[in-house]
Amino acid sequence: MNIDYSQEAPLIAGRLKLAQIEELIAKPMDTRPDRKYYIALSISVTALLIGAVSLGLTFYYGIGLWGNNQPVGWAFEIVNFVFWVGIGHAGTLISAILFLLRQKWRTGIARFAEAMTIFAVMCAGIFPAIHTGRPWLDGYLLPYPNQHGLWVNFTSPLLWDVFAVTTYFTVSLVFWYVGLIPDFGSLRDRTTSKIKKTIYSIFSLGWRHSNRHWSHYEKAYMLLAGFATPLVLSVHTIVSFDFAVSIIPGWHTTIFPPYFVAGAIFSGFAMVVTVLIFVRKIFDLQNIITIDHLEKMNKVILLTGMMVGYAYSMEFFIAWYSGVQAESFLFLTRAFGPYAWAYWIMISCNVLIPQLFWFRKIRRSVPLMLIIVIFVNVGMWFERFVITVTSLNRDFLPSSWAYFIPTLYDFGLLIGSFGLFFTLVILFTKSLPVVSISEVKAVADGAQPAHHGGAHHE
Amino acid sequence: MNNDKNLYCIAATFNTPDEIINAAKKVSGAGYTHFDVNTPYPVHGMDDAMKLKPSKLGFVTLVMGLAGASIALLFMYWNISVDYPLVIGGKPYFALPAFIPITFELTVLLATVSTVAAMIMLFFQLPDNKHPLHDTQYMKSVSNDKYGITIEAIDDKFNETEVENFLKKLNPLNIEYIYFPPVETYPIFQPKFLLLLAGIALVVSGGTYFSLNKLMFMTPFTFMMDQDKLIPQKGSELFADGFGMRKPVAGTVARGFIPYPYKGQVNPTEVLSNPFLPTKENISLGKEKYDIYCSPCHGYFADGDSRLNGQFPNPPTLHSQRARDFSDGMLYHIMTNGQNVMPSYESQISRDERWAIVNYIRVLQRAKNASDADLTEMNKEAGNNVAN
Repeated sequence: MNIDYSQEAPLIAGRLKLAQIEELIAKPMDTRPDRKYYIALSISVTALLIGAVSLGLTFYYGIGLWGNNQPVGWAFEIVNFVFWVGIGHAGTLISAILFLLRQKWRTGIARFAEAMTIFAVMCAGIFPAIHTGRPWLDGYLLPYPNQHGLWVNFTSPLLWDVFAVTTYFTVSLVFWYVGLIPDFGSLRDRTTSKIKKTIYSIFSLGWRHSNRHWSHYEKAYMLLAGFATPLVLSVHTIVSFDFAVSIIPGWHTTIFPPYFVAGAIFSGFAMVVTVLIFVRKIFDLQNIITIDHLEKMNKVILLTGMMVGYAYSMEFFIAWYSGVQAESFLFLTRAFGPYAWAYWIMISCNVLIPQLFWFRKIRRSVPLMLIIVIFVNVGMWFERFVITVTSLNRDFLPSSWAYFIPTLYDFGLLIGSFGLFFTLVILFTKSLPVVSISEVKAVADGAQPAHHGGAHHE
Repeated sequence: MNNDKNLYCIAATFNTPDEIINAAKKVSGAGYTHFDVNTPYPVHGMDDAMKLKPSKLGFVTLVMGLAGASIALLFMYWNISVDYPLVIGGKPYFALPAFIPITFELTVLLATVSTVAAMIMLFFQLPDNKHPLHDTQYMKSVSNDKYGITIEAIDDKFNETEVENFLKKLNPLNIEYIYFPPVETYPIFQPKFLLLLAGIALVVSGGTYFSLNKLMFMTPFTFMMDQDKLIPQKGSELFADGFGMRKPVAGTVARGFIPYPYKGQVNPTEVLSNPFLPTKENISLGKEKYDIYCSPCHGYFADGDSRLNGQFPNPPTLHSQRARDFSDGMLYHIMTNGQNVMPSYESQISRDERWAIVNYIRVLQRAKNASDADLTEMNKEAGNNVAN
C-alpha cells in the first residue's frame, strides 16, 4: 500500500480511504516487532526491574529503607503517587471532556491517551499501597465486615482517595474497553492467524457492527463521557484534599483542588505529547496524529501552565494577605529556604519555559516541543516534591526540623514506576490499535452521508 | 432452496454511506421489521432511516446512579453512626459533607459499570461469537469499509425471491445468502474438561491454604510479630540464665500488698478478727464470690455436696458443730492458707472478698441451724411489717 507520509494536513491527512486507515492502524499488530522495538522494550524493562528490586527490598525490610524521616513522613512515594495520578488526567480529559465539547481532533489521540491514563493510574496505585508498610494487609482499606467489628473511617481524605482512585481506574478501563470493542471486531475480521482470531473474538464479544447496536453504543459513550468528566475533576480534587484537609501550613489552602486539577492536565498533556511524538514517528501515524494535534495540545499546555503559574503566585499573595505567620514563613522558606533549588526548578520548568509556546514556530517544531514538554514533566514532578516535602520539613516545632535526603530505594522506585509505565505503553503499541479504527473512519473524508455535511462526527 | 441449511438472512453490501442510508429507508419503508444495517462505524442519520427509537439505556444509568448514591450514603450512615459510632475530628455521627466524596464516587462507579454491563448483556445480547453473521464474507467487508444491510428470514414479510429482487433494485455490490451454522455441542463430562476443573480446584484451594496458613507466617510477613523486644515467656541471650523474664529484687512487694502473718500455720493459735460488718452489700458480695469459688465443692448451701462428681474428694459440711464453732478469723485463715486438699485461694480472691465470704458462710450456717429464738425474732419482724 502506498501512502504519502510526506505531507501534514488537518484531522486525517492524505485523504486516506477507509481500508487504508485500517491497514495503517493495524500494521503494528500485523507485523513482527523490529530491532528498535526490542531496544526500547529492554530499556524500559531494565528500569522496571530496578523498581522491582527496590520494591522487593522494601517489602522485605520495610519502608525504613526510604529517606523519609521525622517530620518528613511523606516524601518520594507520595510525590510519585500525585505525579502519576496527574499524568492520567490528560487521557480522560482528551477522551471525555473533548468528546463532550465536540472536538473532532481528539479521535486521533484519544485511544492512546486513555491507555496512558490506565497505565499511569496503575503506576500511581502502587505507591499508597506500599506506603502502608505492610501491603499484604491493604485489604483493610476496604469496608468489609471483619472479625474486628471495625469499619474504615469514611470521613478521612485518605479513604476518599481509595474510592476515588479505584473508581477512576475502573471507569477508565471500562471506557477504554467500550471504545475497543468495535476495533476488536474489525481486527477479528481482518486477521489470518488462528490464535489472534480467537483472542480478538473473545474480546470483541462477537461485535457485529450492527446499527441497532451502534445506536445504543453512541448513547452509552455519551453517558460514559458525561460521568468521566466530573469524575476526573473529582479525583484530583480528592487527591488535593489529602493535603488541604490537614492543618499544615502550605497544605491547608482552598486553592488546592483547582490548582491540582490544572496541574494534572498540564503534566498529563506534556506526557501525552512526549509519548505521541515517538509513537507517530515509529508507527508512521503522522497522517492520523498530525502536527495540528500536537499544536493544539501545546496550546493546552500553555494555558494550563499559566494556570499553575497563577496558583503559585496566588499562594504567595494569600500567605502574605492572610497575615498568618506560619503560612508566610513557610512560603518564604519554599522560595529561599533549604529547598529553594527545587522551588526554582519548578518555577522555571512550569511557568517560564512553556511561555515559548506563544510562538507558532515553536509549537509546530517537533524537536523543540519535545524539549519543552520534558521540562514540563520534570517541573511537575518537582511541583509535587515542593508541596509535599517543603511543607513538612519545617513544621511547627523548630527542634524537629530536618532535611529530607532520598535514598537509593526512593530513586529505584521512581525509576521503576517510569519503567512500568513505558513497558506497558510499548507493549500496548504492538498489541492493540493505538488509534481508534472506527472513530477515525467516521471522521475520514466521505465517511458520512453527503446531506449531513461530509465529515461530521458525534 | 438448500434443505439441509437453515436460512438466517439475505444480505446486500454497498459502497457508500449515501447508498446505505437510501437502502435502509427503502427497507424500513417497505414494512420489514427484522432487518439490520452493519457499518464499520456509526453512520449519521441511520437511526432515522431505520426508524429506530431513541436508546433507553439512559434509564439504566439513572436508576443505577441513584442506587449507587443511596447505597453509599446509607452504608456510611449505618457504619459510622449506628454499627460502630465514632466521633472523628469533632464531626457529628452523620457528617454529610465528609460523606459527599465517596457518595459521588460510588454513584459514578455503579452508574457507568452497570450501564456498560446492561448495554452489552441486555441490549446487545453479547457475547455471541456463534452468530450466523460471523465468518461470512459479508461480515468481513462491513467490518472494513463496506456498508451492509440484512433482512432476516424470521420477518413476517420474508419471501426469498421477493427480498432478493427487492435488494437487487437498490444496486448493491453483491447479495449474499447467510445460513445458520451447524449446531455444535460441547459435552460437559469430558475427562479432559473434568481434569481441568479438578486441576483448577486443586490450585485455587492449595494456593488459598498456602497463602493464608503458611505464607503469612513466613518472613518477612512475621517481622511485626517477631520483634527483638522482650515479651513474657521469651528467652534472652543477655542474661546468664537465658530467661527473658526477670525475678523482682528480693523484698519487692506488689502495690497494695499486705503480708498475711499466719501463713503456713496449720492450727494457728491466734487469727485475725473480721473487720467487716455483715451488711446487705457485704453479704451479697460474699454470696457472689462463694457461688463462684466455693460452691463447686462445698455446694450452694455449704452442705458439702460437691458438683464435681468425685473428681475431688467431697469436703465435709460446714454445718457441723466444729465448723460453726470456728471463729471468723479461722474461716479466713483456711481460705487464705488452704487446709487438707483445699488449696489456698489467696491469689484468686481478694482480702475483702474473703471476709465477705466469711460473712456469707455465717448466713448459711444460721439459716440451716435456726433455733426457736430465731423464729420469734422473725415473727416480730413480720408483725412490724404488717403494722407498717
